[in-house]
Amino acid sequence: MKKDAPHIGLFIPCYIDQFYPNVAIASLELLEKLGCKVTYPLGQTCCGQPMSNAGFESKTTDTTSKFIRDFAKFDYIVAPSGSCVLHVKEHSPKIDKLKKNQEHLQANIYELSEFITDVLKVDSIKGSFPHKIGFHASCHGLRGLRLASDSELNEPVFNKTLQLMKDLEGLEIVELTRKDECCGFGGTFAVSEEAISVQMGKDRIADHVDKGVEIIVGGDMSCIMHMQGIATRDKEKIQLMHFAEILNQVIS
Amino acid sequence: MSHPENATVFLKDKARAKWHDDTLWIVRQKRDVTIHQIPEWEKLRELASQIKDHTLSKLDFYLEELEKNATANGIKVHWAENAEEHNQIIGKILDEKKCKAIVKSKSILTEECHLNPFLEEKGIEVVDTDLGERIIQFLKQPPSHIVMPAIHLKKSDISEIFHEKLHTEKGNVDPVYLTHAARLHLREKFLQAKVAITGVNFAVAETGEFVVCTNEGNADMGVHLADTHIACMGIEKLIPRRKDLGVFLRLLARSATGQSITNYNSHFRSPSPGKELHLILVNNGRTKQLAREKFRNSLKCIRCGACMNTCPIYRRSGGFSYGSTVPGPIGSILSPGIDMKKYSTLPFASTLCGSCSDVCPVKINIHEQLYEWRQEITKAQGSSLKGLSMKLANGIFKSPLAYRISGKMMRASLKTLPDSIIYNPLNAWGKGRNLPDLPSESFKDWYKKNR
Repeated sequence: MKKDAPHIGLFIPCYIDQFYPNVAIASLELLEKLGCKVTYPLGQTCCGQPMSNAGFESKTTDTTSKFIRDFAKFDYIVAPSGSCVLHVKEHSPKIDKLKKNQEHLQANIYELSEFITDVLKVDSIKGSFPHKIGFHASCHGLRGLRLASDSELNEPVFNKTLQLMKDLEGLEIVELTRKDECCGFGGTFAVSEEAISVQMGKDRIADHVDKGVEIIVGGDMSCIMHMQGIATRDKEKIQLMHFAEILNQVIS
Repeated sequence: MSHPENATVFLKDKARAKWHDDTLWIVRQKRDVTIHQIPEWEKLRELASQIKDHTLSKLDFYLEELEKNATANGIKVHWAENAEEHNQIIGKILDEKKCKAIVKSKSILTEECHLNPFLEEKGIEVVDTDLGERIIQFLKQPPSHIVMPAIHLKKSDISEIFHEKLHTEKGNVDPVYLTHAARLHLREKFLQAKVAITGVNFAVAETGEFVVCTNEGNADMGVHLADTHIACMGIEKLIPRRKDLGVFLRLLARSATGQSITNYNSHFRSPSPGKELHLILVNNGRTKQLAREKFRNSLKCIRCGACMNTCPIYRRSGGFSYGSTVPGPIGSILSPGIDMKKYSTLPFASTLCGSCSDVCPVKINIHEQLYEWRQEITKAQGSSLKGLSMKLANGIFKSPLAYRISGKMMRASLKTLPDSIIYNPLNAWGKGRNLPDLPSESFKDWYKKNR
């Protein structure tokens, strides 16, 4: 680690902390291997997104204030989730008392792959991953944080997450029929609109299965949790992984 | 019924639901192909958005300019505060003309105002002349899509309807044959009608003219054969200058169907000698929406329907599942402004994926307005059960200890509870999905031991 390395606060969304510790460990180790000074503030809980998207943004002021207090002291805040980062950046309620800290937080919070490409200026990770993967773009990362170009806009093609994986030996990335359709998770939508949510997930998985994908790779565990749940129920053999797990596994 | 209930019913016929999804996706793909042929597409969207924002910011000024210029052109301009006034104005004109049969080209505004039932009650025959509209009129159904009103029906369905209504050959599903039958049927209606009603796609304040876009030429057929033309427009369908049309006509057809131009873009400026031209300017809640800062720019909508074609929820639940005149994402931000209680589930019929906002040719931030309507609706609903659980959640998340204890309890209880309890019918998550395999420790526990 460089002595003057900026101090990163690792934000691990609550459901990753509880359900997917391996993704959090991979994110931490990956950043450390890239020379970063990383601290995980132990008091952190949740960013408040599930409540806000359900229409209760006004009831998340305590959660938001706590989040600001936990993270404002870091130079950068990084999380392995486009969705939660977008929430903190754009949808958390304004806390007047913590205005300066909130502004610092919102200007310096990054999703993991965009932090590596845009702040650390890493072009790609070298290593070997001889697998056929399909990329699942999480909507909030894609159309919220603009981590990649989307199929709706007429803009130059880019993808920050896949850019990091482009030089992996043996990696094959398949072209999907619907390259960025939503998986149907959508927070409380997953239960309030259960029928459509599950159908969307089935359709998304089928697109990957039809193309012979071994592993669906994504950047948001909420999408992956939803699709994994369906794949397991439907006895699909396809695997699902967060990109941090792959990069941390291959990086030397 | 609520949107989730309607969607569940729609998805029961799996094959048909998949067909519906695929059909609309094809339209979305056509749109993608054609917009990529326009290098300046994003600039056009930005320009259109700014023109509409500007127009809405001076709507009163431009409306009066339109009225003044249209009147000077010989158009009779009427103002309708609401749907009832709109219908009364049309009823009065028809009474004066002693008209008992009219032809109408597609107008979502007249759907919104429930003009057809109003006129039918007065004993006036209304014939919708857009092919899709005519089909659903036979079925006494509302449109399920604002551009493709009969998109929920298959060729075989239409064949059956035409067999019954137009006595076509039973079982003949050839689109050319069926369209020909509709054409003959509609020709008769066109020849008989003394009054033709159309919608308006764009009204130009500067020149006092308006433009109607159709692919079938049915508006022109009706208008040119009739003695009286009544055009109905929502007050937001306004653009300042004629040259702005170039921006909007390019965006509209490409966004709607992937065509580079709509087949007929008919400009109406003044009545032909001896004929009458009426223009009805309808408010019906639009100024209320204009006053809502967060939702104002929903009035930029040019009714292309692209947000419906792209919406993964619309494609998998159909237009009727929304129960509103305008379905899909744009309908879900317009309808709560009309009746928040009735349409309270619509802003939640979205994953907030944002595809609607990115296809929108006038850059309406649809998904952000869906989010904002959710906040308004929960506030209006007060202390619901969901509200209570959200307060509880805020309590847990503001305290690290409470969060740790509840997380531990959840992981422990999910591990020990039998599957029959976790996956019971009341658990909506577990109906079609498994829960993740549970780790023995959280990341927090791991971090404390390892760092």
